Amino acid sequence: MATVEDIYRKHKPTAFEADRRPSSTEVWWWFFMRISGVVLVFLVLIHVYVMHVVGAGVERVDFAFVVERWDSIGWKSFDWIMLFLALLHGGNGVRIIIDDYIHRDGLRATIKGSLYALILILMIMGTAVIVTFNPATAG
Amino acid sequence: MDVQLSVLKYNPETDKEPHFEDFTVEADPMERLLDCLHKIKWQHDSGLALRRSCAHGICGSDAMVINGVNMLACKVLVKDLKQPIRVEPIRGLPVLRDLIVDMEPFFAGYLAVKPWLITDDRQHDPERERIQSPEERERFDDTTKCILCAACTTSCPIFWADKEYVGPAAIVNAHRFIFDSRDDGGAERLEILSSRSGVFKCRTAFNCTAACPRGIKVTQAIQEVKRAALFDSL
Repeated sequence: MATVEDIYRKHKPTAFEADRRPSSTEVWWWFFMRISGVVLVFLVLIHVYVMHVVGAGVERVDFAFVVERWDSIGWKSFDWIMLFLALLHGGNGVRIIIDDYIHRDGLRATIKGSLYALILILMIMGTAVIVTFNPATAG
Repeated sequence: MDVQLSVLKYNPETDKEPHFEDFTVEADPMERLLDCLHKIKWQHDSGLALRRSCAHGICGSDAMVINGVNMLACKVLVKDLKQPIRVEPIRGLPVLRDLIVDMEPFFAGYLAVKPWLITDDRQHDPERERIQSPEERERFDDTTKCILCAACTTSCPIFWADKEYVGPAAIVNAHRFIFDSRDDGGAERLEILSSRSGVFKCRTAFNCTAACPRGIKVTQAIQEVKRAALFDSL
């Protein structure tokens, strides 16, 4: 005979299959979003201030400006951390929206796969630009 | 005074789509919306289907969307509502007829979090009383107030979008036991709530807190459960 739990289980199958791993990934992504969100507020505000407000603002940003800025390992690190956090924070946000609104397994897997690929490509391209930037050979 | 109401009606046996029907009833401004719905049912349209039981905000049967907001029909006065009063069934659950929805998916989320006292006799002598201090009781006092009316869960945009989400009410009732010093099932419940359809589906929209007719700080309780899940997995 079907029990009440059997009847209810069909409505929320994943809730009845608890995440048995010692630490669930969703817990850690939630924690990452909290921390990266706070860090990004400061990184983005500093970025906007330095690039768009100080001096002549964005008008003064040219090749020479980039050469001078990326001469410092500090600014390179700053830009890379912002790239890393923004891509992961934003990418995870989009993953969450996909999980909320797309319910067909195949379609969801395809769209999420494309999202992960896009994030990976942008991460590799951005990292390559920052790490390999050499004023002597660039431009 | 005359009270104008517009009620969303739907009979799956005869109607293709839900549709609004207008009614005018005579009521005192201090009467409740539930009284008006009774007048419709008793004097105008005996076919109107709605759930109600205690009529005093305790049983949680008559949650409905009133002028676009989730409320209990028995707790809102006519004088406080803009006319014509639009009355619809709560959202996100299948409508069975008129204002009655199928509550089974709602109670599925509730049952999933094991909303009962779980005891471990290896940790506590089952023959001795378990003393709880007023401070320990206070820790989960807010979430004991839940009446399972589903006003919170059916106001949640994530629940509308993803029926697998256990919903705010289930998390509130999990909170009630997770933070109870007499309960030994906290880790078990946090495992359940860490699943894909668990507590981390909450996007802190705060609709639940606004909708709760008992004034439970639902979003705060959900955040406390998230934090507990984080520390539990450390």
